Amino acid sequence: MSIVSRVARNPIAYGILAVVVLVGIFSTLSIVPETRQAVIVRFGQPDRIVNRYEPGVPFGSGSAGLMAHIPFVEQVVWIDRRIQNVEMERQQVLSTDQLRLQVDAFARYRIVDPLQMYISARTEERVSEALRPILASSLRNELGRRPFAALLSPERGQVMDNIQESLNLAARQYGAEIVDVRIKRADLPEGQPLESAYERMRSARRQEALTIRAQGAKQAQIIRAEAEAEAARTYAEAFGADPDFYDFYRAMISYRSTFGVTGNNADQGEAAIVMSPDNEYLRQFRGQR
Amino acid sequence: MTLFFPERVPIKRAMSVLTGLGARLGAIFNSEGRGPWGGRGSGGSNGNSSGGGGDDDGPKNPWSQPPRKRPSGGQTGPTALDDLLKRGRSQWGGSDGRGPNLPTFGGRPIWFWAIIILVLLWLFFTSFHLIGPQERGVLTRFGNYQGTFEPGVSLSWPAPIDRVQVIDVDNIRTIDIGGGGENAENRVLTGDQNIVDLAYQIRWNIKEPQNYLFQISDPDTTIREVAESAMRAVMARITLDEAIGSGRAEAEQRVQVLMQELLDGYGAGVLVQGVAIEEADPPAAVEEAFREVSAAQQTAQTYLNDARAFAQQLTAQAQGEAAAFTRVYEEYRLAPEVTRRRMYYETMEQVLGRVNITIVENDGVTTYLPLQEVQRQARQQATPAPQTGETP
Repeated sequence: MSIVSRVARNPIAYGILAVVVLVGIFSTLSIVPETRQAVIVRFGQPDRIVNRYEPGVPFGSGSAGLMAHIPFVEQVVWIDRRIQNVEMERQQVLSTDQLRLQVDAFARYRIVDPLQMYISARTEERVSEALRPILASSLRNELGRRPFAALLSPERGQVMDNIQESLNLAARQYGAEIVDVRIKRADLPEGQPLESAYERMRSARRQEALTIRAQGAKQAQIIRAEAEAEAARTYAEAFGADPDFYDFYRAMISYRSTFGVTGNNADQGEAAIVMSPDNEYLRQFRGQR
Repeated sequence: MTLFFPERVPIKRAMSVLTGLGARLGAIFNSEGRGPWGGRGSGGSNGNSSGGGGDDDGPKNPWSQPPRKRPSGGQTGPTALDDLLKRGRSQWGGSDGRGPNLPTFGGRPIWFWAIIILVLLWLFFTSFHLIGPQERGVLTRFGNYQGTFEPGVSLSWPAPIDRVQVIDVDNIRTIDIGGGGENAENRVLTGDQNIVDLAYQIRWNIKEPQNYLFQISDPDTTIREVAESAMRAVMARITLDEAIGSGRAEAEQRVQVLMQELLDGYGAGVLVQGVAIEEADPPAAVEEAFREVSAAQQTAQTYLNDARAFAQQLTAQAQGEAAAFTRVYEEYRLAPEVTRRRMYYETMEQVLGRVNITIVENDGVTTYLPLQEVQRQARQQATPAPQTGETP
């Protein structure tokens, strides 16, 4: 009852007291989340760092949590602890074989030295802004030293490593560490380069089409020839039994065909045959013995 | 903390506190405007009721009526006012004895209870966490990661101390890249320096919620960019034909593996469930040439079909003729001379029965006569009369 009633009797005074205490608490204590690092600056002089990023330390074991600092004397500067993204604007890159390429790349970095970062850049945005042109120039340098095909080969990994290395040198000045550099897109620029690439693709396809057609024709011819050979063999096997009889047999078929008996060329029946009486057919006709 | 208002505070005591507060307010008012109340106090009574209305739910003007609870008080307004003052002053003095005797006036307990209930609700809702089966709760104490709540009911400290972020981890999220329509070709260079128009979808979910929350500043964008980068890296290793056709499944697999590698490298806490290439087409500008190829394939197929048909025909014919010859020959061998002669005469019958035959005795002269011409002319003149000129 005593505290409560005292408060009840003198609410304004206690209210003011409560506000003062709360303001005091809020200006003294800060919550440092896992996603941020805090640089505490005393009279403009960086004093200490809370929840600094250490590689390999799992969440929960860092110094995130409640943090006390002297109000008005010490100032807290918040710096992101997470991996940041810096995206480069589209760059036109000229390879050694004079091919133009439009490249989109991105880099990921993390601020590992908040103090250095606070001194040299103050905010994350300025770190990104500072890294962007460096990323672009090192990309141009690195790709400009290689042929176009290298970009599309396993060598690309080496290119990226080189870029990351040179970018890391610059990033260290800002207390940042490059986690990864990657090419997002590498395209042929619109217009003539793209058109000529298309034309090359078209001609490749035309060539393929012609090849396919020719191959088809070749196959077809082979099939026909094989069939003919097969037929010839079949004929030879059968007719080879008695060539003399075959001669006779085939001649008979041939006569019928030629003189329009088996064929449907009825109007050709006007063939005329001049026979000598010595003809074999007329042997009996003459009554010879 | 001060927010921890003990639930066990005796109700009566709390009420007395509140009534005391009301009385004090009345006293303050009174000390300021004593003058008007001395008389009829029309304005004053209004003012008083507005000032201390909260502590009196019965009569509208308590000073003009006898207080029911305190019969010992004066009958007239000023006396009641004095009594009120006295009461207020005694409260200021801190004599507890009166508290329980004081009536519970309507207004105060309500807002008092409201606060109690709010605090209880606050405690309840920020301490108990119901985590659904597909969810996880990430617990942070003053921002420091403490652990992850599994599905079920979990208990934590109330809100300012502990904070629980509930994240749906099993929900499979999708990212679609490319396939935006005619004008938005997602052109990707393949290993043989060709261009393919790709549309694909990434399916992912959250593997480690704390990493997802704390590790990367913009995880969703990161996943998208990693997907694009990985897809292009994989496409740069395969040819256009593979990208369009046979190599798709393998490419999907490799993109998934590469993405997972990269994201694990960042510690993103994300699991790539799958990559699906929905479309892998040649760009619209060269599609005509690609159609030509498939047309050529059809043509080649046609050639082959025709050739096979011919081959079938030829083989069958050969087999037929050979079989016929063999049959006849078998018969012929039984009686060669007779069969030969018979066949000869039969054939001759058929052949000579339809042609004009001229038999010339002396072949020395007549061969030179234009017999055929003569016959033809004769026939033409006789047309359409029956051909009488024919002589056997």
